[in-house]
Amino acid sequence: MTTVESTALAIAPRAVPREEREEAVVRFAGDSGDGVQLAGSLFTLSTARAGYDLVTFPDFPAEIRAPAGTTYGVSAFQIHFGGREILTVGDRPDVLVALNPAALKVNLPELAPGSIVIVDIGSFTERNLRKAGFEADPREDGTLDGFRVVPVDISELTLRAVAPTGLGKREALRCKNFFALGLVFWMFDRELTPVEEWVRARFKDDPLLQSANLAALRAGHALAETAELPQLPAFHLPRAHIAPGLYRAVTGHEALAFGLVDGAMRAGLHLTFCSYPITPASTLLHDLARLRHFGVTVLQAEDEIAAVCAAIGASYAGGIGVTSSSGPGIALKTEAIGLAVMTELPLVVIDSQRAGPSTGMPTKTEQADLLQAVFGRPGEAPVVVLAAASPADCFEMAREAIRLAVHHMVPVFLLSDAFIANASEPWRLPDLDALADFPARFHTDPASFAPYRRDERLVRPWAVPGTPGLEHRIGGLEKQDVTGHVSYDPENHRRMTELRWNKVLRVADDIPEQGFEQGGPEDELLLVGWGSTFGPIARAVRECRAQGLAVAQIHLRYLWPLPRNLGALLSGFRRILVPEMNKGQLARLLRGEFLVPAKALSKVTGRPFTVAELVAAIRASLEERP
Amino acid sequence: MNAPVRRPDPRDYASGQDVRWCPGCGDYAILRAIERTLADLGADPARTVFVSGIGCAARLPYYLATYGFHGVHGRAPAIATGIKLTNPDLDVWVVGGDGDMLSIGACHLAHLLRRDLDLTLLLFNNEVYGLTKGQLSPTAPVGTRTPSSPMGSVERPLSACLFALGAGGRFVARAIDTDRDLAEILRRAHDHPGTGFVEILQNCVVYNDGAFAPITDREVAAERQLRLVPGQPLRFGARGEKGLALRRDGVGLEIVRADDPAQQDRILRHDPTNRDLAHMLAALEPPMPVALGVIYANPGEVSFERALRAQEGPLAARAGRRELQDLMRRGPVWYVPG
Repeated sequence: MTTVESTALAIAPRAVPREEREEAVVRFAGDSGDGVQLAGSLFTLSTARAGYDLVTFPDFPAEIRAPAGTTYGVSAFQIHFGGREILTVGDRPDVLVALNPAALKVNLPELAPGSIVIVDIGSFTERNLRKAGFEADPREDGTLDGFRVVPVDISELTLRAVAPTGLGKREALRCKNFFALGLVFWMFDRELTPVEEWVRARFKDDPLLQSANLAALRAGHALAETAELPQLPAFHLPRAHIAPGLYRAVTGHEALAFGLVDGAMRAGLHLTFCSYPITPASTLLHDLARLRHFGVTVLQAEDEIAAVCAAIGASYAGGIGVTSSSGPGIALKTEAIGLAVMTELPLVVIDSQRAGPSTGMPTKTEQADLLQAVFGRPGEAPVVVLAAASPADCFEMAREAIRLAVHHMVPVFLLSDAFIANASEPWRLPDLDALADFPARFHTDPASFAPYRRDERLVRPWAVPGTPGLEHRIGGLEKQDVTGHVSYDPENHRRMTELRWNKVLRVADDIPEQGFEQGGPEDELLLVGWGSTFGPIARAVRECRAQGLAVAQIHLRYLWPLPRNLGALLSGFRRILVPEMNKGQLARLLRGEFLVPAKALSKVTGRPFTVAELVAAIRASLEERP
Repeated sequence: MNAPVRRPDPRDYASGQDVRWCPGCGDYAILRAIERTLADLGADPARTVFVSGIGCAARLPYYLATYGFHGVHGRAPAIATGIKLTNPDLDVWVVGGDGDMLSIGACHLAHLLRRDLDLTLLLFNNEVYGLTKGQLSPTAPVGTRTPSSPMGSVERPLSACLFALGAGGRFVARAIDTDRDLAEILRRAHDHPGTGFVEILQNCVVYNDGAFAPITDREVAAERQLRLVPGQPLRFGARGEKGLALRRDGVGLEIVRADDPAQQDRILRHDPTNRDLAHMLAALEPPMPVALGVIYANPGEVSFERALRAQEGPLAARAGRRELQDLMRRGPVWYVPG
């Protein structure tokens, strides 16, 4: 054990009264190079281990290496945790850790009065203040009035703590995140052990960095503990009642990658994943590229169109072709998705939506591709559309996408978004041995074969090249019913158009009926959501119900076809509110399908709904005359 | 006693569907050559897949009794890539025209060639858009008048074979639709391990009749066609009286007299593995003779799809459900007791 370690352990902890809280929102913010993402994920690990429920969200700058100290180079990580069920990333931070002036500048508008702001005053140089766009020092001109400011010279104290290790100044300063982490650990009464274990494992080949990071972590913790920082508040949160089981933290894309691999195994098919880099979808490409040893073929295609076409080729050849992108890339794939509709081949298209149009705000979230997914193709080109409700839900929905694509010979869209892709939440790990297989069936009998002879579900046979006696030709030209020969016959085109539509509508017989998340038909107002709005809507509805308001919640994971009983559920309500991060796309769809008074609650800021916004909207809706 | 094995007949490979090309189209001759090649190879129709994009040439899969996939414009190379990635054992042929492969789909063609998938790619070059009724093609010469270029085009054409070489193609050949040796060139392209690329000069009787007459007309053929034979001198002319040699005054090829003892020794021999020579040969155009036959053939070690599959490891050793379960549970996990 080094001297540094023993010093930290030798000081007696101070006994402090800890403020009781149900939940807390902490945001770490700093320059891209300050390691806030790492600090955030380590705090998350400790939070999960300590028995709290949680949701986290990283907020990266779009620039890869923005100039240090600028507002556009600020990286942040937010975690919401507590003793009750946590469904959102939290409306506003209760605690902001700002490692430089720019991080303070960017996050100030988010803070509620009374929030705790821990600032690294060591970074508050005139130059850094100017770069962040502060005309004067915010500590002196009243900017920070109303906040509980905790000024700490994190830079200097980190350098001092790390000095005995002999690490150079530049490198030593990079341990700032561990110092800050030590402070926050003390605030929330956390054991350092899980992080110490992590540091030891991570830097096992670099003893210098190992001891430097440990020294910074312990120095931060010790500073708080030894009462040198009286203004630093301490909290105690009750543990959450969490369903028993084995948990891990998972991002949406990690869960998607696991789900695709599992889904392909369940179907007994080779998985061919074809994608082109695009934010925020690329992380799925990275995640699957690490799973190649499961027999996953990963093609980084030359463009979006090649990616979807290769996926179609993969399905034609008897595998499951999956392509993934974000809105602009999906638009490029559109023509080829029509080909998959026409040739009635399985295909999975994953759309991690981002704020648009055009390049828009690539790192920010939005849900504006719903109608593109359901209707956005030339000609009548119906597909199945699913949407994951949360990061962990991606596992199940990825499996569903493969199951439905394979069993119904149809392209399936799976909608995710920038929030789901990057956010992480605890995932109760499923027991894979307890999940059912859904094997794909290939046609092999030449006697009964015609490429478009359908079964009772209107599904055509999957006849894979290599099968003797089933040689046939298919393509994008209209097909004669049953034989699959090219046909320009008007009546045949009408029939085939209907068949393709009805085949997709019949998928509704193969998906679960819709239920209420909360409340029921007796309530006065119904909130209908889809995708990543699940968390904020669920929390807002829960709060309103606790206050006695008659509000119910439905959350759709199957967007097309819609669940069979949805019309009946909706028709009982005179007030329906649809919160969406778009201009009202689901509301339009529901009004069009069911003639119900669905009203959109639109938000297009690139950020998720806050619970407060939704609670206010619920109250306003209930006060309105229906 | 075993039944005698019947040698396949080219007609066995016809699907029997009505062929809808214009009477006199060069595509008929190419279709016949393909059927002959398949018969020569004894190809198993069940394991053979023809993939196409859009255009007159792209209709070809409908006329063959193999598996066929008629895709979207320009994307046949990408679709074929997916097919080979999923089942590397299939015998895949990609067919398309100059618009399909060198305009809307040029990007995919380039990447297919650089990746070197093990398949055969036939580019029917008629220097015009046929199916859409006669517009300007990326391979049409400067000055070509079409409905979309009524004053004559002012864009320079792209050379299919130079494009293929530039993209890293390892088998590049050129042939004429009605040539008797077309089937032989197709067979060699097929047998090449990697992407076998063949540009076929194809006459469009309706929109661009006679486009290749300066090369194919009987009167000029001997002067304008350089038939490449590996290891043989680059000779042409009615009696083989001319040959190609490296220029003495610069870089490139020049015509020398084969019957002049002073020049004879300078005539180059065809070496299909020489990439620099291939570039010079592919670039020849009238009034120089046009190179026909296998311009470049230099197989790589392993095709893209086999290399990718090798990275996934042997089938028997692949990770499965057990390993997935383990992987999901690796790293920071925690147990919440009941």
